[in-house]
Amino acid sequence: MSDAQPLLSVDDLRVSFATEEGVVQAVDGVTFDLAAGEVLAVVGESGSGKSVTAMTLMGLTRSPNAKFEGTAHYKGTELIQASEDHLRRVRGAEIAMIFQDPMTSLNPVQRVGSQIVEQIQEHEGIPDQQARERTVELLERVGIPRARERVDNYPFEFSGGMRQRVMIALALSCNPSVLIADEPTTALDVTIQAQILQRIRELREETGAAVILVTHDLGVVADIADRIAVMYAGRIVEQGTLDQIFYDPQHPYTWGLLGSITRVDRPRPERLPAIAGLPPSLADRPDGCHFRPRCPHEFAECSKVPPLEARLDGQADHLDRCWLSVEEKRSKREVLPGEIGLGAKEGARA
Amino acid sequence: MATEPALEQTGLQGPAAWEEEAEREQVHGLGPWRLGLRRLRRNKVAIAFGILFLLLVAACLAAPLWADNVAKTGPNTNHLSDTIQVDGESVNVVALDGVPIGPQYLKADGKFFMGADRNGRDIMVRLLYGGRNSLLIGISAALITTFLSILLGTLAGYFRGAPDVVIRALLDIMWSFPVIILGVALGVALALGGFQFWFIDISGDSLLIPIGIIGLVYVPYMARPVRGQVLSLREKEFVEAARAQGAGPLRIMFGEVIPNLASTILVFFTLLIANAVLLEAALSFLGAGVRPPTPSWGTMIDEGVDRIATAPHLTIVPGVMLVLTVLSLNVFGDGVRDALDPRAKVRLEH
Amino acid sequence: MGRFVVRRLIQMVLVMFAVSVITFLIFNVIPNSDPAVRMAGRQASQSTITEIRREWNFDDPIYIQYVTTMKMVFSGDLQSYFTQLPVGEEIRKGLPRTLSLAIGAALLWMFVAICLGLYSAMKAGKFADRFLTIVALVGISMPVFWIGALMNHYLGFKLGWFPNGGYVELTEDPIDWAYHLILPWTALAILFIGFYSRVLRSNVLDTINEDYVRTARAKGLGERQIMVRHVLRNSMIPIVTLWGLDFGAVVGGGAILTETVFDLQGVGQYAAEAVGQLDVPPVLATTMFLAFFVVLMNAIVDILYAYLDPRIRLQ
Repeated sequence: MSDAQPLLSVDDLRVSFATEEGVVQAVDGVTFDLAAGEVLAVVGESGSGKSVTAMTLMGLTRSPNAKFEGTAHYKGTELIQASEDHLRRVRGAEIAMIFQDPMTSLNPVQRVGSQIVEQIQEHEGIPDQQARERTVELLERVGIPRARERVDNYPFEFSGGMRQRVMIALALSCNPSVLIADEPTTALDVTIQAQILQRIRELREETGAAVILVTHDLGVVADIADRIAVMYAGRIVEQGTLDQIFYDPQHPYTWGLLGSITRVDRPRPERLPAIAGLPPSLADRPDGCHFRPRCPHEFAECSKVPPLEARLDGQADHLDRCWLSVEEKRSKREVLPGEIGLGAKEGARA
Repeated sequence: MATEPALEQTGLQGPAAWEEEAEREQVHGLGPWRLGLRRLRRNKVAIAFGILFLLLVAACLAAPLWADNVAKTGPNTNHLSDTIQVDGESVNVVALDGVPIGPQYLKADGKFFMGADRNGRDIMVRLLYGGRNSLLIGISAALITTFLSILLGTLAGYFRGAPDVVIRALLDIMWSFPVIILGVALGVALALGGFQFWFIDISGDSLLIPIGIIGLVYVPYMARPVRGQVLSLREKEFVEAARAQGAGPLRIMFGEVIPNLASTILVFFTLLIANAVLLEAALSFLGAGVRPPTPSWGTMIDEGVDRIATAPHLTIVPGVMLVLTVLSLNVFGDGVRDALDPRAKVRLEH
Repeated sequence: MGRFVVRRLIQMVLVMFAVSVITFLIFNVIPNSDPAVRMAGRQASQSTITEIRREWNFDDPIYIQYVTTMKMVFSGDLQSYFTQLPVGEEIRKGLPRTLSLAIGAALLWMFVAICLGLYSAMKAGKFADRFLTIVALVGISMPVFWIGALMNHYLGFKLGWFPNGGYVELTEDPIDWAYHLILPWTALAILFIGFYSRVLRSNVLDTINEDYVRTARAKGLGERQIMVRHVLRNSMIPIVTLWGLDFGAVVGGGAILTETVFDLQGVGQYAAEAVGQLDVPPVLATTMFLAFFVVLMNAIVDILYAYLDPRIRLQ
């Protein structure tokens, strides 16, 4: 990691919503930095708050029922409390987003090219013809065949994978410094997933943009991430480089995630590995460590919220939220360092 | 959250105790009907108007009570040459120039509370008796429409194929006739001779004629949505499960499909009554609905409009009654629709 | 697109045929008394009834009766036995008046409904929205002929702000023509404004929550641009179809009542007067023609919808 000033610096972000069932604390104190050009993967299950975090950075979660605390500094300005005007200038041009479902995220009655040109024209007042040329180039770059003809097609005329490529083209159209990809492959076929991720990685190398990749799938992350932040129930429970997380995971939830990936080349486990229990109801979280009810290693200390700290010597950038000592972690964890999936350790889980 | 006592009671540790707690919670969860009722209870305005409707119905049902005890006259009794005592003075019910008296309210002990019409009949008494007829027609017609719509919609949607094509064609053609025109056409055709078919013999003056016409005319408006819902319900898993258990089509229709239509039907029913009452008024106004001298709000407005220049109360009184009734149905029906809508609305501000 | 249009027009003709059959069945075949007696109307003489029976071939099989009836209607020979006036003529005279009323009211209600609906949606949940919802509900709860009669009486007769009913030809005096139509337009529009503003409000609120609106916001577009280019345009598509369908329904329905109250002497009033007299021939003819009009409007609307929504058009 570079020593330069981070591009994006999120500090103790909290987001809550008022609903019929009560107040929901979707994001409960998230802190992380993003350096220029790096890929940060934010991993967690549904309800972990990862999407809300990502969307809040762009101000897309603002509503009369939402309350925000904490800060997010980007290139010297603060985003969480920024005015709509300022955010509008940031959206698309500085920070751009690729959404999960390309079918519903594109306007069905507007031509694809026109939707991209719209964003270009909003931020740069260039002549129409030029904007159109740039759009065609973008479509070619993301790998859409016959881009010059297809630029005037409607979204429903593309397949799912192609639609997602269009969204990527849209996101890159104004050369943003940060690209947020919110589960970009979840709505796509498995075969297309790899292609899309590959494309994102290539484009990152070409453009130098930083990427925040939000996903629930650790497997997806292995090829592309520089750093990983694991989220659970609104908090980051572990954060570190790719190697650190895969080779020396420190948090029981991370172990669970790594262990639950099934492998084709190993003997089939008797039961599909899963983390026991259910994620806590969003409106009614337990005190102390959020993961405690599902943690096989919990003990008395866990009734206090463990702070997100670096507990390993010499690794100031590997943080976790677990009271267990480092030796206890290394002996109790259910996966082998560098390995994913079960079957590696005897008697790992009941 | 009472986790500690649960642990102690069951003696289970950590995750397993949580699983049990979660299961217990699900059993006591509120079903969609109870949730809907709770939401409806919170909607004070809708409840108020629902009560208003019931009060109006009760008032109309109490027509004989009013007629016998307060007004001391019937709905069709003329008082052309009578006089009444107002503030000790004798006043002609119908003045020498033909203008009937306006609302007396309590000035004549409740007689001619709302005034008299050109034949000297007590408007209040006619209003209440007419209300009985209008409401009877409205509710009966709504019942007929509902019954026919469920029948046709379910047959068409469930069996598809030939019945569907035929029923849809029929509904489409009926749809082409504007409601009033169709009602008027049927009304004119049936007015002079009534309806004789087989053992059914209905005279042209019977209330069954407008009931039948209005009931029939609205069928396409409800049958289509019912059919649409049946089409989608048909594909749902619980229907397949029932079929797998060997249930025949009748059993499935009555056991699975129709109960799930209940909320759609309920919402439609309230709105149907409102529209039926309005349609009756329109048809009677034109002379193709209730035939005089039988009172209904529509015939009363018809008579009133003729003399609006000299006796506006003849028009205003039945109209206001009609508007209040229809409005209360509309507001209440709206409330019911909101309450049963699965899309939970975020309500609290914080 | 061309193939779609042709298919739709053929469908339209078929429906019109079905409409004519149904209309015929209603008036000539409903099982009660003698159709000739019905046709002759009230207080008809025995000779008239016999004459009618012969003219309309009531003693012949049904399909011959149908052909005869259609011939009578379309040839212009159809005559009211009550007024002795040719039906076709009267309809032709009344048509421009009915259309003036319907088109004016339709434009008025559309414009006002869009404004109110959009405003309601933007202020959803707040007092203004709730207030407008009640107003809209009151609007759809009022019988158009009642409010029309009251408006005519109080605003036209009593206060003299508007003419007391009647119709002036557009060709004679456009200003006066419009002046006479303001009250009828308003009375007719009130009902539909109530309905449409709520439908639009609901569509807009649905659209605002769509994913592609979120994308538009993520692109950095301004709220107003999002509202107009994305939200309104997409919410309007279903509204346009409803509008077209209701326009047909207005001509065929609401117009009858409004014309009668304001004495506009259009096709609707002609039909209404015939109804009051239980005079069958005019009612038969107007029923059929008004239904034809609705079928025509439905076809036009479908074609328009296909044009607006590329998903329909290109499949």
